[in-house]
Amino acid sequence: MHELPITESILKIVLKHAEMNSVRKVMAIHLQVGKLSDLEDDWIQRYFDYLSKGTVAEGAKLKIERMPMMVRCHACSTSYEVEKARMGDLVCPACGEKGGTLLSGREYTIKEMEVQ
Amino acid sequence: MEDIRLIEVKEEILSDNIKQAAEVRERLRKTKTMLLNLMSSPGSGKTSLILQTVEGLKGAVRLGVIEADIESTVDAEKVAARAIPVIQLRTGGFCHLDATMVTQGIDAMAVNELDLVIIENVGNLVCPAEFDTGAHKNVMILSVPEGDDKPLKYPLMFSICDLLLVNKIDFLSLSDFDMAALRKRVLALNSRITILEVSCKTGAGIDGWIDWVKKEVAAFKGLK
Repeated sequence: MHELPITESILKIVLKHAEMNSVRKVMAIHLQVGKLSDLEDDWIQRYFDYLSKGTVAEGAKLKIERMPMMVRCHACSTSYEVEKARMGDLVCPACGEKGGTLLSGREYTIKEMEVQ
Repeated sequence: MEDIRLIEVKEEILSDNIKQAAEVRERLRKTKTMLLNLMSSPGSGKTSLILQTVEGLKGAVRLGVIEADIESTVDAEKVAARAIPVIQLRTGGFCHLDATMVTQGIDAMAVNELDLVIIENVGNLVCPAEFDTGAHKNVMILSVPEGDDKPLKYPLMFSICDLLLVNKIDFLSLSDFDMAALRKRVLALNSRITILEVSCKTGAGIDGWIDWVKKEVAAFKGLK
């Protein structure tokens, strides 16, 4: 639902790096997005296509890598991966303790871009 | 044909908001004004809770309110009728508040004369969870008619809050809401969260909420 402001930020950062590196055309942008976020990939691309018109990033493909949700157990400090649907029902695979601290899964990062 | 190069970017997409939120937090730390971000679905009782809070804190904590609404000013009018400082922010279609919008709100308030500012965020369990407002404490409301399965559907919101208020407990006898299941689900997501059961309508449990706010404000003001 908040794809538009996210996409505006992506474009701003991409254009900044394009200018710093004297880029003629941006071909692709690699993003890392945590699985806990509710972003819809199709919508980001659609907004991006619209917002980037007339810039060096026009036509660039957004390649989104979904980062796993990792949790650390309170009791034994084991780190383990969980799926979003299981987030309300955490059980440590090592010791059986319920609940833990979220280590990753909320990322919103631009990793790199392919340019000409 | 030109070769394709790879440029390393490694930048947080939300870095502007993260920076702005840190500035808001620091600025309000200096004026010793605690900022509390109140989030929930539409209709779960944010405005009713704020009205109860105005009454409960009267004479003890100097309170201001920032109301966010996509278009209307209905909530701000209700709160302003209680003679406390209210700033209305219209998000113009945005589904959440970000730290820049909150900055506009606190710019328009004499925050140095306030102990606590409550932000009534846009009614939504998805987007507000992703955007740091600069608040020192995050509080959410889940009302009984929404169901005990919401932590399974919106885990991020439950995992970022310091306090969960389960509102409309006067509806419990009419529903199949399972409080024990809800508590178990929420605590599995977030073991440090405090859960309080209240009814803004009957006033049940509101004392516990007011005590929590007073304690948090006192602890906050004790900081440098």
